[in-house]
Amino acid sequence: MIAKPAIPDVLREPGPGIGKPLSRVDGPLKVTGQARYAAEFNVPGLVHGYIVSSTITKGRITRIDTAAALRRPGVLHVFTHENRPHVAWFDRKWKDEDAPSGSPFRPLYDDRIVHAMQPVALVVAETFEAAREGARLVQVEYEAEPHETDLAARRHEAFTPGKEKGGFEPPPKPRGDPDRALAEAAVKVDVEYVQPTEHHNPMEMHGSTVVYNDDGTLTVHDKTQGAPNSHSWVCSVFGLSKSAVRVISPFVGGAFGSGLRPQHQLFMAVMAALQLKRSVRVELSRPQMFTFGHRPPTIQRVALGAAPDGTLQAMIHEAVQESSQFENYVEIVVNWSGQQYRCDNVRLDYKLARLDVFTPLDMRAPGAATGVPAIEMAMDELAHALRMDPVELRLRNYTDRDPNQDKPFSSKELRACFAQGAERFGWSRRNPQPRSMREGRQLIGWGVASGVWDAMQGQADARATLGIDGHLVVASATADIGTGTYTVMSQIAAGTLGLPIGNVTFKLGDSALPMAPIEGGSWTVSSVGSAVLAACERVRGRLYKLAAKMEGAPLGKAKPADMVLTDGHVALAADPARRVPIAEVMRSGGVLAIEEEARSVPYYVKRAQHTLATHSAVFAEVRVDEDLGTVQVSRIVSAVAAGRIINPKTAGSQVMGGVVMGIGMALEEETFMDHGLGRYMNHDLAEYHVPVNADIGSIDVIFVDEHDEVVNPLGAKGVGEIGIVGVPAAIANAVFHATGVRVRELPITLDKVLAGLSRRSAA
Amino acid sequence: MAEAEFSTLVEVSLRVNGERVSRRVEARRHLIDFLRLDLGLTGSHAGCEHGVCGACTVRVDGEIVRGCLTLAAQLDGADVWTIEGLSDTGEVRDLQQAFVARNALQCGYCTPGMLATCADLLERSPAPSRAEIREHISGNYCRCTGYEAIIDAVETVAAARRAATGQVAIGQATIGETAE
Ligand code: FES
Ligand code: FES
Repeated sequence: MIAKPAIPDVLREPGPGIGKPLSRVDGPLKVTGQARYAAEFNVPGLVHGYIVSSTITKGRITRIDTAAALRRPGVLHVFTHENRPHVAWFDRKWKDEDAPSGSPFRPLYDDRIVHAMQPVALVVAETFEAAREGARLVQVEYEAEPHETDLAARRHEAFTPGKEKGGFEPPPKPRGDPDRALAEAAVKVDVEYVQPTEHHNPMEMHGSTVVYNDDGTLTVHDKTQGAPNSHSWVCSVFGLSKSAVRVISPFVGGAFGSGLRPQHQLFMAVMAALQLKRSVRVELSRPQMFTFGHRPPTIQRVALGAAPDGTLQAMIHEAVQESSQFENYVEIVVNWSGQQYRCDNVRLDYKLARLDVFTPLDMRAPGAATGVPAIEMAMDELAHALRMDPVELRLRNYTDRDPNQDKPFSSKELRACFAQGAERFGWSRRNPQPRSMREGRQLIGWGVASGVWDAMQGQADARATLGIDGHLVVASATADIGTGTYTVMSQIAAGTLGLPIGNVTFKLGDSALPMAPIEGGSWTVSSVGSAVLAACERVRGRLYKLAAKMEGAPLGKAKPADMVLTDGHVALAADPARRVPIAEVMRSGGVLAIEEEARSVPYYVKRAQHTLATHSAVFAEVRVDEDLGTVQVSRIVSAVAAGRIINPKTAGSQVMGGVVMGIGMALEEETFMDHGLGRYMNHDLAEYHVPVNADIGSIDVIFVDEHDEVVNPLGAKGVGEIGIVGVPAAIANAVFHATGVRVRELPITLDKVLAGLSRRSAA
Repeated sequence: MAEAEFSTLVEVSLRVNGERVSRRVEARRHLIDFLRLDLGLTGSHAGCEHGVCGACTVRVDGEIVRGCLTLAAQLDGADVWTIEGLSDTGEVRDLQQAFVARNALQCGYCTPGMLATCADLLERSPAPSRAEIREHISGNYCRCTGYEAIIDAVETVAAARRAATGQVAIGQATIGETAE
């Protein structure tokens, strides 16, 4: 009944290609409400599932009574561990692409309860409201067992994990004699930092709509960062053939890591659809968004010793982090410290403590957003103790080789980040004395910190199909969670084939497309972008060959090496005025379409000889109310070196979003655990605070020129994570500069600031 | 007793995006679910389900409301506008174009609600300062963009609309306003 709106004319900048600030190609669909997210595919006969969550944290279910729920009008079925259909038995069948070692969680598998609000039943009904009401009527009795959810209580039983997961590197062996060097150092700091649990909280809740097709196959609309990951997991867990399932996920309402593993709603919706032979939708409620993975709480000790001139002599960085009882979630936390600074005596240590919680999950810059703030706050404390400028201290200990691995960096323009960031911020006007700037009752402080993240790459495939009409379709099963994949891939393709951006369609988020890894860790441009480039280069090669063989030789004796593609034509590189339209080249070669598929593989050899990383220097200005203890971040300048920037507009937006999440980490975000109950207490968006508009001042992003021939053929390192990494420490350091109060437990809330201020005035 | 009442269906007749709609809805169905499920208008989203995030913002009788806090049954005779309708009439086209041009969106999930709120602001206050824009849209969460570009987009549109109506911007005030 309601007509489809027309797409408004977008402001399309002319010219394709890499490095241009193009507006996102999916923008028009999103501003008109036409982009469809996982829970928005409405099909006839769709029924709704609602998950029942456990009310205990640990123990077992002794009785589960579904009779009352089943009596409600509209309720069709209640799934529990007692009546669920058959699912896989072996642990390996439950492992997804992002699974660490251990036994993955299995919803409704048996009577065991291993974490708070564990799914214990699924009520399926004709309407969403009936399902939700039915879920309230399911009666579950439990036998509770004692639980432990407090990291501080278990820190001394922590263990050293192995290489539990791809991408994880255990800390390097100690160098020199750090304890002795620390004892002998002229100036030292030895402090502990505490970081809380955080939850991703993308604005869209996780949902899956499973369409049960007439032939019994399933079309699954899932909120995921990897359609192929959801696809192979569903097939493996339910014992289905690959062709019986297709997972589609063209638009994702944010994820930040929450979609890296298949979540509860996917299992539930597929299970119900298979059993009931109907199309089923299951969406998690916002409180249930706190039941499947989080940034783990961490306790860190950082000890630094330095000579009076600031030369680092000792570095000890030890972290203890939460994991679950059933999997060993690991992330790199401490290694960056030994990589960022030159120091002869270093010990880095990383341990896990098992607690009765769900397994943690990668959240934006996993590990780096935890470990780097600790070393960067400690560097600030050291600079203060040395009476040295904190930028100068970092430059004094700067290194062009990675001391952990004794390898050169493939590129590292961190020095330029400091220089350009400081210039833009006006850092040279800083008075080093804390509490030296104020406006009325507002204390003003300036802080700095650096950031670092790995420049990773995985294998990926892409297919490019050029039609004789000049339209190019490029496809890969990767995701766009808002990051700009559609746009950036279209640019790489358009740039390679000399086509206007409007001639390119990029397809993603579909398990039927050429393989791509999960979208995470800032590696999508590197992995998928390289595959897109390779596929388009093959198409280009075929065009050149056809052009060389053309009747009448319009390009003379030119060989492929002498040709270029520009503006929809094959032209002579030496004389671009001599050119033939692509359509004519294809027609004379007798082809209607040219299709090529390519796999990109990292430069393994070159990469192994280098350390590859993105870097940033972040400058922050805060205003702290002396009476109320409130902190406002009035300015951030983030200077980033991330190799080639394919699209400064979407990349800049990534960094800004990261900065704001970093402000959240510094000042607001914390999931509170009631250790008595073993439950998160603030599991909704009213009580879990994320930054809103009024919390933000000005944010200035600088991309520093950086040339890199090792990282991948594009020279691009990716920017999804680096934006957040340096921010929490820059803000914490600015708060100290404003107030003279050092808060070592994030987030820096007003109660902690006020306590520090009153301690100060008492002293 | 209570059981029978709970699933009572309510007859509502209203206008949605300018078209007459009559439906029997469950008394407990929220406006946001009515729009998304009954009418297929999935451009409006739910983010928090309890009134804090603004993702479900739509216009009802000229005021912006939370679709997750409003029951469909309350809306008999109401005039409802969603992003689909606002796009159709072209009323927010300049805002939509500015959002795209400034990259004031990433995942786009918050965007329809954000646009409704921004349109509401510009209707009330043609020359808002950056601080006023921030204040007005602070009830609309965005987890992706870092907000800055949203402020830029609204500021640009406000200036362009003033220019189009012959008001000349001087700082934060306009000649039209100061003359009053
Ligand atoms: S869903 Fe309505 S305000 Fe969040
Ligand atoms: S663009 Fe993703 S929440 Fe705003």
